[in-house]
Amino acid sequence: MKANTHFAFFDEGSKKEIRRATLKAVAIPGYQVPFASREMPIARGWGTGGLQLTLSLIGKTDVLKVIDQGADESVNAVSIKKLVQETTGVEVTEQTEKADLIQSRHRIPEVPLTKDQILVLQVPMPEPLRPVEAREYMTKRMHSEDDYSGAWLMLFEQIMKYGKTATAADHPVYVNGRYVMAPSPIPRFDNPKMHQSEALILLGAGREKKIYAVPPYTDVASLAFEDYPFQIESFEGIQCYLCGAQDVFMDELVDPETGQTTHQCNDTSFCMEQLNNNKKAEVESAYA
Amino acid sequence: MGYVPVKGGTHAIEASINRLKYERLKDEEILEIKVILSSMRGMIDQVMSEASLYSPELAALAIKQAEGSMEEAVFLMRAHRSTLPRQYYSRTVETESMFVERRISASFKDIPGGQLLGATHDYTHRLLDFDLLEEEPGEIRRWLTDYKKQLESAETAQEVVYFPKVVDYLREEGLFEIYEKNDAAPDDVTKKSLQFPSSRSARLQILTRGQTGAVTALGYASLRGYGQVHPNVGEVRVGRMPIYVDHPNEAEQDHGDEFYIGDIRITEVESFVPVKVKNDRNEDDLEFEIGYGICYGQNETKAIAMSILDQCLEHTEADFPTHDEEFVLLHIDSVESTGFISHLKMPHYVTFQSKLDSIRQVKKGVQPIES
Repeated sequence: MKANTHFAFFDEGSKKEIRRATLKAVAIPGYQVPFASREMPIARGWGTGGLQLTLSLIGKTDVLKVIDQGADESVNAVSIKKLVQETTGVEVTEQTEKADLIQSRHRIPEVPLTKDQILVLQVPMPEPLRPVEAREYMTKRMHSEDDYSGAWLMLFEQIMKYGKTATAADHPVYVNGRYVMAPSPIPRFDNPKMHQSEALILLGAGREKKIYAVPPYTDVASLAFEDYPFQIESFEGIQCYLCGAQDVFMDELVDPETGQTTHQCNDTSFCMEQLNNNKKAEVESAYA
Repeated sequence: MGYVPVKGGTHAIEASINRLKYERLKDEEILEIKVILSSMRGMIDQVMSEASLYSPELAALAIKQAEGSMEEAVFLMRAHRSTLPRQYYSRTVETESMFVERRISASFKDIPGGQLLGATHDYTHRLLDFDLLEEEPGEIRRWLTDYKKQLESAETAQEVVYFPKVVDYLREEGLFEIYEKNDAAPDDVTKKSLQFPSSRSARLQILTRGQTGAVTALGYASLRGYGQVHPNVGEVRVGRMPIYVDHPNEAEQDHGDEFYIGDIRITEVESFVPVKVKNDRNEDDLEFEIGYGICYGQNETKAIAMSILDQCLEHTEADFPTHDEEFVLLHIDSVESTGFISHLKMPHYVTFQSKLDSIRQVKKGVQPIES
């Protein structure tokens, strides 16, 4: 009755099958490739798509980083890291530069990624047309006919109603001028990081059984109108109260005593690095 | 004499019931109620929630009798519920006074009072634990002693801490509307049949006693596109709530005169849903509204799904089944849905004979006479 788990959880046949779907996704940028998504030891919707990509790709010498909402220590990131480590024994890291495989939920790291890295994004809702069409059969047809009027209309309606586009995270993007893609719920702030990315970006939706990709050096444009340009979240004049960083995505913290709002880097490993650098500079200047 | 289905039923039924008893007892293993009570927490909570009867002991009994079938256990509990006199209504329960065992926010990292993970399967890996094949009492005792020893060194607060609601912060910021407290007596759906359009109190009662799977399925449908509510979970809290009743005979009620009758464990969810509202200048504006979910026991998925459906039903204008209160409220009840589905197993000889006849007639090219 007892059984040992295989290296990287899956049997080799499953890994091969997922890698084949991944190759197809890379070959057709932004196209959602259906795949036989497996039931995983974590709940559907908790990153099983990303996890399946990670497990199908990881080798014994890889170094893995897992982020959830910008943090390496977030509960789900810890849980996923633990699972991959227990079934593979690979090294894990919190430093973005050191990792060659990065699985992330909702963020692209602040440190620019390189051609030697793969970013795996967990995707809850891969279908950018879902808000305008509930049926999968119809959205698939709309993609094939290059019919994205629904997505444009959604933005147009927002402008008519609120005077501006009111998308939050997951602002749809055009990939390589052909497919409109949900960039996973990364904030608008991270959308531009996908454009001409040096790293391969893979997106996995376990529950919806889709894999898609942005290959390196691919054009990615956020949907917008000429007179209503795409805008990222604004953190103008705001700096991290810990490391002093600017122009990065911030978390808003409220002091329960005073009711005052402070800001902190959302990317915790980036923040830590900044803090270490500041300290180093301080020490060096003190002995100079 | 040939088989007469109507008359010959008595012996057949007896034999069937004996066979059922045999199936439960054939391996000569007796499942003690106390074993169910202490190790089947999830099932007990679910049965109590769907049965809307808070009694872990009776739920354990129902589970034993039903051989672990959820629909059957809920059925037994609901039927038993009908035999109980309804003495009192409790005082309004203020969930701020909950003795919190678990409390998380998916909206804010840094909620006032902090995140409290408590006991949850959420962060376990769903790998079969083969060690459970052979657990030994000695080993369990050793583990328990160690665990309790660790707890001894943990620092405990000097006084009982009550956790503020996450939403209160956002209210202060004006992101949520502040409503007058509605102290009108709620409609009791167990004493009055549901009428449409329904009151919110009736809706919440139907949702909270809804079948876990059904409530979850419809909540999920709303998320996936067959509905227009996709919330952020503001706060999930699990804990024990004290219940008080007023003195039955005194007209004047002072604070402090009420009777404490025990506590119940509940799950409460407040979801944040962005909605379109009209502002002072009659323009469209965005604001947050709350979707509310509450149920007996630790039953988080159901409570979250309930909070989604609560919001869906507050906005009936959307053209989706999950926003239609008759569609949702009339179909999620365990006893009603399983009862009517299973009625299809009853003899339908007469109606089927009639159907057969009309189909044969039509095939022959003869129109059946409309009655």
